[in-house]
Order: sequence, then structure tokens, then C-alpha cells
Amino acid sequence: MTDPMERFRLVFFEECTELLQQLEEGLVALQSQSDDEETINAVFRAVHSIKGGGAGSFGFKRLVEFSHVFESLLGAIRSGNIIIETAHFDVLLRAADILSELVEAAQSDCAVADDHGGTVVTEMSKIIGSGALRSGEKTSLFSKKIQEDALHRYQISFRPLAELFVRANEPLLLIRELKTLGELKVTVHTSAVPFLEELEPDMAYFFWDFSLVTSEALDVIEEVFEFVEDDCELKIEDLGLYLAAEDFKDDDDAGLFQEVDEFKEESPAEDIKPQPAVKNVISQSIRVNLDKVDRLVNMVGELVITQAMLKEQVGLLNPDQFSGLIGGIEELSRHTRDMQSSVMAIRSQPVKTVFARLPRLVREISASLDKKVNLVITGQDTEVDKTVTEQLGDPLIHMIRNALDHGLESPRERRAAGKPEEGTITLTATHRGERIFIEMEDDGRGINRKVVLEKAREKGLVPPEANFSDDEIDNLIFLPGFSTAENVSDLSGRGVGMDVVRRNIQNLGGRVRVTSTPGKSTKFTLSLPLTLAVMDGMIFRMETECYVLPLASIIQSIQPETDDINELPDGSLVMMFREEYIPLVCLRKIFSLSGPLPDPCEGLIVVVEGNGGSLMGLMVDELIGQQQVVIKSLESNYQSIDGISGVTILGNGMVALIIDIAGIQEITNYRSWDEDGRGKMNEQREVH
Amino acid sequence: MERYALVVDDSQTMRDMVSYTLRQAEFEVVEAVDGKDGLEQAGCSRFDIIIVDVNMPIMDGITLTEELRKMGQLRGVPILILTTESDVELKKRGRAAGATGWIIKPFKPEKLLQIVEKVCGEAEYC
Repeated sequence: MTDPMERFRLVFFEECTELLQQLEEGLVALQSQSDDEETINAVFRAVHSIKGGGAGSFGFKRLVEFSHVFESLLGAIRSGNIIIETAHFDVLLRAADILSELVEAAQSDCAVADDHGGTVVTEMSKIIGSGALRSGEKTSLFSKKIQEDALHRYQISFRPLAELFVRANEPLLLIRELKTLGELKVTVHTSAVPFLEELEPDMAYFFWDFSLVTSEALDVIEEVFEFVEDDCELKIEDLGLYLAAEDFKDDDDAGLFQEVDEFKEESPAEDIKPQPAVKNVISQSIRVNLDKVDRLVNMVGELVITQAMLKEQVGLLNPDQFSGLIGGIEELSRHTRDMQSSVMAIRSQPVKTVFARLPRLVREISASLDKKVNLVITGQDTEVDKTVTEQLGDPLIHMIRNALDHGLESPRERRAAGKPEEGTITLTATHRGERIFIEMEDDGRGINRKVVLEKAREKGLVPPEANFSDDEIDNLIFLPGFSTAENVSDLSGRGVGMDVVRRNIQNLGGRVRVTSTPGKSTKFTLSLPLTLAVMDGMIFRMETECYVLPLASIIQSIQPETDDINELPDGSLVMMFREEYIPLVCLRKIFSLSGPLPDPCEGLIVVVEGNGGSLMGLMVDELIGQQQVVIKSLESNYQSIDGISGVTILGNGMVALIIDIAGIQEITNYRSWDEDGRGKMNEQREVH
Repeated sequence: MERYALVVDDSQTMRDMVSYTLRQAEFEVVEAVDGKDGLEQAGCSRFDIIIVDVNMPIMDGITLTEELRKMGQLRGVPILILTTESDVELKKRGRAAGATGWIIKPFKPEKLLQIVEKVCGEAEYC
């Protein structure tokens, strides 16, 4: 649906439905309390908006005509010209019905008789007449327009008054407009200009004489001065034909609604062809309260659980004996899955809604910082759940500010560094698996790791003796209370920025990390789940408990050979996987489960992909199977736990915790300097 | 030079149409849903043109125009009011409030741009 007019049509009809409802509600309310001013206003506005809001622009002639009369009546009631009586309500309600019929007809492209609702119009006119409305209006609107092709010469004298400037009109623009009409000779009179010391900047001193040769009619020239006619002394004189050319064209078409008819005259090619062309493109849409959608999403979630339970039970049956039942359940799971994705699609929105705010923000901030920035956005049609788009705005704005304030250098610094003066911020949204990735990269100075580490130590955020990889240092900026800005600016640098960003993103089940190349670039990567309600999960067992891993992040599950596994000096284990060493993580230990720590060679290792594509192996007891799981929030039911992103209910009614892989990664990474973590690491050494 | 427009109208159709048209002409458009909202938005940023509907809840377009004209930073900024038919009375009230001009609804996109350019100049002159 690329045609904008078609899109406006759709919005228009959506809005019409609401307006018609308001109209009816308003009229009913007026019946019981006829003098409520706000209700009368609302009713008037509803009809007014139907008429002005779009009906005319789309060429629904009868709809415009009818609503015009209706509006006049309501307008007269509103202004007190007509005192509303009980008998009027019948007419008003019937008018509302006819208006709704006309809207419906326009929407479905049904032809309507030119006098549809004629009796009601007559009745309405009668009521209006009883209010003694001015009668001149109609005849003037019927006035004919005559267009001439011949060249005329006009003499125009134009003397602006000071008020012209107060209302922000500009003589220069008027002159330019005149010039577009034909050949223009301009004489400017400067005699009124005073000496500089007496000159009031707000006053008008110049005045002009124009000689214009044009084929346009007088009213076209008058239209140029339409907005200023009361703010100037204006005289337009027709000096007669300039060259002989007597081809008069009588334009008889002008009817009651000039704009609509003009529309047809002037651009027949673009004239909206409401009838056949659009008929097949019409897609209906309704506005639904979000609560209702959420209830639906929830119910589908429950359905998925029930279906999973049934499937599990059916698995215990003898396939020969119950083939029909088993087949049916299979079908049910397929339908449930389809249904679930359809329901989730209702809540999807393109990230454009969030991204659209950013270009302006960038321009304003960069202007205030005297930096030159070019913002490149790609993938803004990527769709994601509404909750995600809603909560993405603040973090993104924070990150953009941060990049502009800290990331990008001043033009001078950039020139000195051999970079183009204009910095570039690239914002990209992509789908990968069940997640959306949003990357924001600037080509600025990168993160100054030395300063970051010093600051973090100085503020006691990390133990002084701990060692970090470059990557770890970069990600220290997400620690609460961290701020490196030497001057606290009003943009960023109050030290509340990045940890808030991280918290917001985490609340959405997402992750944020930063990578940086000193002197070259800084790149933030947000990864967010497409939906917050369902995911494909792999269920595995440890001891008697079941856990769920997001299927999308699983690379492989293997049973390693003893040779593949090595112990590092600090006691942690690594495994050879695809010719690289990856860390092995013992979930038992992280979740402090009882029982002996397993020999990694005896259980299973699930290789998962964490943040930024880094791999790690998780030791589990047994894989049970994959299943779509409905995510229930842990926070709203209990409290948030590190390394757990949520819970779900399995087919057998058991509650299973959903593993947050990036969270686990963080727990293991920060062990290296976490006091508590070190304690645990010592334990590990004793065991192995 | 970027040009900024503020569109104040309670009707979404109208806002969409006006904004879309202005964006085609490379305006950055900020939308407001009623007079009060419009007044707040106008105070927040710089604008090159403001387009205001007359009939709006909370604060109507005439009052809004008056309020806007009181704001120093909007001196010289054209304000166009959206009105229906050739309501002479409304035009008068609009002018008295300080409106630069008016756009008669319904209008087609070209007409809108033509009027905007009339009071605001074409892009290349800015």
C-alpha cells in the first residue's frame, strides 16, 4: 500500500467510524441535557471533521454536500442561533444515520444518488431557515468562474502597512509569486525610507508599483494578495488586452464546492478514481484497545501450554490404537503455532516509530555542540513487538546523546585526526533468529580505555588490582554510577546514562554491549526479543528440575571426549570446540544446586551463543526436548534473579526456569573480580 | 537548511495529510493534537511555519494563534489557519489573532504547498 492517498483514505475511514460514534453518543447525550456546550461542540466537531478532514479531499461529493448542511445546522445550534427542541432530535439522529450511510457507501465505493438523504436535508434546511440564517451565502458560492486565455496588462500599486509584518507576511514572497504569473516589471519607491537613526525595524517603508502582463484573470492576481489585503494599500487595475487573442473559455463547472471541482478541472490525471481502481486494495482496519489484544495474547499463551500438555499425554499412548487422536493433536499444535504468530503480529510495529524521532534530535544536539553529524538509518521497517518499540525510545535517545556528546569529536579534532569533518552515526535494525538487533555505530574517538579504567577504579566500582580485557573495560561504562565526562553537560555525562540504558534494555529481556576501536569507532549493539510472550525453547534437566534454553541461541549439543577439556590455572574449564577454546559453565554451581559437581564428560554440553557471538558450553544432565514456551515474568510474580530471564509452565504442569544466557555469561565474566565470585572459584579448584 | 513545520489539528486524517504533504516538500514536521499541545510544542523548538486547525478541543486554533503571536521567538513565523469554505467571519477572527493566512478545507496537496510557499518562500530561498 504505497499510494499515500490510499493510506489517507484508510485512516480517514477509521477516523470516520470513531467520529460517527462520537456523533451518535453526543446526540443521545444532548437529548437528555440539551444545553451542554462541550457536547454540542463535540458533535459539531465530529461532523466538521468528516466533512473537512477528508471527505472533500477524496472527492466524495454527496458526503461533503450532506455534511455541509448538517454542519451548518449544528453550527447554528452551537452559536445559539437555533434553540434546540425535542422535535429537532429526530431530524438530527436521522441525519446522523444518513451520514453514516454515506460514509459507508464512500468506503465501499457504492454509488449514491445525488439527492440521497434529500428529505432530511430539506428538514434540516427548514430548521436552519427558522434560525434565519444569512441567505446570501449560497448564491455567492454558485458564482461562476470565468477564465481567460488572453494576455492582459495590469497595473498594481502596493503599499504594505506595518501590520503586514506583524502577521509574518513578506512582500518579497508576494513579488516572487507575482513574477510566476507572467512578465513583471517592478518599480520600488524608497522615498518614505527615513534616516537610519529614525528607522524602526518593524515598520514598512517601501512601496511598489508593478506592471504585470499575464493571461491570468484578475482574481488570480487578487489571490496573490489574499492574505495581506487588509494590511496594505492595494490597487489593481486592468489596463486591458495586451495582445489580441480572443479565445474565451467558459468554465461552467464551478459548483457549490469550488475546491472539489477545481481539483477535477486542473488535474484530471491525478483525479482520484475512487471506483474501480482502489476497490481491490481496500484493507479494513480497526482500532482495538491494547488490553483486549493482550488478553488474547495471554489466552493463546495458555492454549499453547494446554496443547503442549495434551501432546505430552498423547505421547504415552499406543500409536496404533490412537492414530486418529495423535494425528488430531499434531494438527492442533500446528494450528496453535499459526495462531500464536498471527496474534503476535497484531502487536508488531516497525521500529520506524522510534527511529523517526532521532534525525531531528541529532540535528539539534549536534548544532548545539557545534559538531557536524550525518545520521544514517537502515532497516527501519523491521517489526518488533509494541512493548519493545515503546520502551526503546529512551535508551536510544540516551545512546544517541552519548555518541554525540562523548563519541564524536569536534570538527577541528576530526580534521587533526585525518577524518572528514562530518561524523557519521549509523543506526541499523535487523532480525536475527528470534531477536531484533539494533546497532548504533559512530566513527568518533572510541572509548578511552585508560580513562574508563581509572575512573572505575577511582570510584571503587571495580577492585583496584583486577585485570580486564579491552572488551571488559569498554563494557564498564554500563556500571551504575559511572561517568567519565570531565564537564557535566546538560546533554549527557551526569553518570545516569548508560546504566539506565542497560537496565531499560534488560527489562525488555534484551542485552546491550559496546565494542570500540580507539580513535575509530564505538558500536553499541542492542539485542532484543521480538516478542516478550513466547519463544522456542529447549528443555533440559538438572537433578530433578527442568530448565529452558532459548532455542535460537543453541549451536550444538555434544558429549565431549576427555581430551577436549582443559583446566585453566584458575580452575575454570575450557573445551575445544570447532578449533577454539570455549569456556565451560557449570550451571549447578551458578544456581547453587546440591549434589556432586558432574564430570563434564559424563553429562551433556550444550554449546550456546551469548552476547556478541561469543560461545560457551553449559553442562547439563539431560536434554528433554524442544517446545514452544510461554514466558511468564519472574519479576511480576516473584523477583528478578541473575541468570534467569523468566519462567514457564511445562506440559506436565511443572514450572521451569528460563536461562538467560547473556546473564550467565555476565555472572561468569565478572567472577574474575567479584569478591564473592572469587570465593566460588576457589571452591571449584578444590573440587577438581 | 532544514525547515520545520508544526501541524496542530485534532483530526488524525488531517494531520496525516498535512504532514505527509509537508514532508514531501522536505519539511520536518512536528504534530500536535490540540491547541494546548500545539502551544507546548511551539515553545520547545524553532519552526518555519505553523499550521493550525480552528476547531479543536481544549484550546481552539484562534486562541492558539493569539497565544503564539505573544511568543517572542515566533515573530516573523507564518501561521496558517485551516478553515472550511469561505467563512469570512473566521478569516477575520484569524487575522485579528495574528494569522498570516488561511487554507480552506478541503484542499489538495498542491494547494497546501502552494500556500505554504506563498508565506514561507520556496526551499531554495531559505
